[in-house]
Amino acid sequence: MEATIATENKEGETWSGGGKKPLGSSYGKMMMWFFIMSDALTFSAFLGAYGLMRFKFIDSWPIADEVFTHVPFLHGHFPMYYVAFMTFILIFSSVTMVLAVDAGHQMKKAKVTLYMLLTIIGGLIFLGSQAWEWKNFIGGTYGSLILQDGKVVQFVDASGHQVALEDFVTKSAANERVAHTKSNGLWYVQDAGALPPFTTSEVIESFKNSPNISLRTEEVDLATKHKIILSREDANKFLSKATGVVKGANLKINEYGNTLFADFFFFITGFHGFHVFSGILINIIIFFNVIIGTYERRGHYEMVEKVGLYWHFVDLVWVFVFTFFYLV
Amino acid sequence: MAHDQEHEHESHVGLIWKVFGALSLITIVEVILGILKPKGLHLTIFLGTSLLNWIFLILTLVKAYGIAWYFMHLKQEKSGLRRAIVWTTVFLICYLATLLLIEGGYIGDVMSNYTKWSY
Repeated sequence: MEATIATENKEGETWSGGGKKPLGSSYGKMMMWFFIMSDALTFSAFLGAYGLMRFKFIDSWPIADEVFTHVPFLHGHFPMYYVAFMTFILIFSSVTMVLAVDAGHQMKKAKVTLYMLLTIIGGLIFLGSQAWEWKNFIGGTYGSLILQDGKVVQFVDASGHQVALEDFVTKSAANERVAHTKSNGLWYVQDAGALPPFTTSEVIESFKNSPNISLRTEEVDLATKHKIILSREDANKFLSKATGVVKGANLKINEYGNTLFADFFFFITGFHGFHVFSGILINIIIFFNVIIGTYERRGHYEMVEKVGLYWHFVDLVWVFVFTFFYLV
Repeated sequence: MAHDQEHEHESHVGLIWKVFGALSLITIVEVILGILKPKGLHLTIFLGTSLLNWIFLILTLVKAYGIAWYFMHLKQEKSGLRRAIVWTTVFLICYLATLLLIEGGYIGDVMSNYTKWSY
């Protein structure tokens, strides 16, 4: 007992909240659980709002595995492989975290250090993957046309697969459009974003010249869960309402369909990514504390356990984001 | 560090790797199902959504259980703390999700009459 009392007054006991442990849980650990619960409810609110909007637009929501099809260094159509890899990375970094906690219980400083380092690396890989995923989503894949009422139409080939604008649109030199910059015009006016690669009239013209390309609406045939492909004359009616070319996605416009899909994607994965980011920062702080021996002197590695709880929670949230954004 | 010897923590490394194996396996099954989308599961509607979605939901909850119980050590916490955390959160999330999804479905039903898909 003497030893226990002695450690209580030692350095670094600021966060222990004294010796009282209701329900066998120290002050810091219980507060971490309270925080996790409130954060879980925040994430549920976001995912719930996503669910509400998705049910609201159930007949036109973008199909996720047609959107996220990129794998680094490979060209082609690989639905969800990369997100699966990201999920795997995050679960694995959770494993190294729990191994660090386990090693901490046995006061093995070297092992805790190694596993914390692996956890941090896993987190960084995940964050990098997230950034890459965002880059692809923002940059766009195929390009589409936006109609005057905000709906989006996409181009598909005879087999029903999407076709990129570059693959069938021919540029006409006559309507070359130069990006407006501050230096060559009114200094207080500039183009809202990158110019789309083609003009609307070029796309419509090329569509008329390519008989094997069809037009696809956002509308989902609920019996087959495929987007409806239009007949040639319907397609021409739709094209007469076209107002612009969309390549990529941002908060205002989205080549894949409903803009809300992009909004929620940026917001929820962004909020989760921010959690991963802060988790990495906290892990780094704890990592250096482990190295300089703070917890060795304190006599226990509970701090590693507490940041571990946060890190696992981030993983837990991703499991749900993965399901509701990519699978369901 | 004489005072450290008294703790009763034995190593759970074996269990941790088992849980990791299970979580990875579930993820792989989910991804395979998500890519293949078997027609029988994908197009059969059961209680408001497809059978495939129900499978995803259940597998996700199993994964969440694995993470919370074994990685977050809920299994080793006192049952009072465990219940305070799990029951409260699960109840509130179910409540919120149910209301939001019902409402979303209703708005969708009403709105679909006013959405034009032809010109």
